[in-house]
Amino acid sequence: MAADKELTPSSYIEHHLTYLTTQVGGNEGAFWTLHVDTLVTSIILGIFGLGSIWLIVRKATPGVPSKRQAFVELTIEFIDNEVKNTFHGNRHVFVAPTALTIFVWVLLMNTMDILPIDIMAWIYKHVFGLYYWKTVPTTDVNTTFALALSIFFLMIFFSIKVKGLGGWIRELCCTPFGSNPLLWILNLLFNFIEYVSKPLSHSLRLFGNIYAGEIIFLLIGMWAATGIAGTIFGVFLGAGWAIFHILIVTLQAFIFMMLSVVYISMAHESH
Amino acid sequence: MDINFTLIAQALAFSIFIWFTVKYVWPPLLSAIEERQKTIADGLAAGERGRHELELASHRSTEVLKDTKQQASEIIQQAEKRASEIVEEAKNSAKEEGDRILAGARAEIENEVFSAKEALRQNVAQLAVAGASKILRREVDVNVHADLLASIEEELK
Repeated sequence: MAADKELTPSSYIEHHLTYLTTQVGGNEGAFWTLHVDTLVTSIILGIFGLGSIWLIVRKATPGVPSKRQAFVELTIEFIDNEVKNTFHGNRHVFVAPTALTIFVWVLLMNTMDILPIDIMAWIYKHVFGLYYWKTVPTTDVNTTFALALSIFFLMIFFSIKVKGLGGWIRELCCTPFGSNPLLWILNLLFNFIEYVSKPLSHSLRLFGNIYAGEIIFLLIGMWAATGIAGTIFGVFLGAGWAIFHILIVTLQAFIFMMLSVVYISMAHESH
Repeated sequence: MDINFTLIAQALAFSIFIWFTVKYVWPPLLSAIEERQKTIADGLAAGERGRHELELASHRSTEVLKDTKQQASEIIQQAEKRASEIVEEAKNSAKEEGDRILAGARAEIENEVFSAKEALRQNVAQLAVAGASKILRREVDVNVHADLLASIEEELK
């Protein structure tokens, strides 16, 4: 908690929602700001998640699997199944591993939401000496936009790769309403809206859900500050919300992965 | 809600993680899973084959059993037939033997009868000759009537 400031509801929330920032390469300006907390947490989580899967998978045997291998296999087969139902190409080259990456990474980043905010703030302050540190990378819109835009560019890349540049432009002009030249502008406009809305909805859905969850935790935390009754209710509400959040966290990671797979598969198919 | 350089850094991290997964995480597990699936499929196929073979073998064994039973009953039947034949043959041969013995005995008896008759005739002839010679002693000269005597003797035989 804010030890050096007066503790008010707004300062409490502000404390929890402020990033640890640095400027990149001595440049000034809003764009050259880097959210160190987001970046470090997400990279640690990515290395932890994918690294531990890699450690298990490295020794994978085709015979009787160990419990850990069986768990990883369950996860991977689950994702592979989902991808298989959506994407009809050789999914093992790129799409399925990408889906795994997204699922594991986003799930871990979302799961940070369940960590008790004030205890984590105390640890950051007293163990690492960091006053501002946002725990959940997916409550940073930069993270969700980075993922969604990567998928967006992959979408364009695969569209051009599969259909050719001409084929892609033709599709932009001639679908969905028809190839009549009068309709080209309309088609283009329609496709433009579709292409813009995809990464926007993709990233903001994840961001919104997790951010809202974080805010609810903050509000519950604030209630706990009002006295004994608030603390007791806060405990139960916080526990309930955390349990419910297990579902949201997993669901949002799954939705984000599925949408990525769907967008990439749509880029592979012609209308 | 400020978009800044974090976005680019995160996108970079994301692409590195994708590359890592594509290269190091996905292939070994996929190959392990596929190999296991193949092993399981092979095992199932082998099991199916074994079951099929078992079925065939049991089928064959009942067939063999049936054949054997039939053969056994045939053999028994033949043996019974043969036994009755042997008995029949034995009866027949015994009868024949009896007949033969009977016939031999009859022939012997006839023979005896015949030789007895012969001996009797000879005796009768001698007696007759002796009687006749006694009667005719004076009138019959043995030397003169030798051929006559011989013809009588011949007739009496």
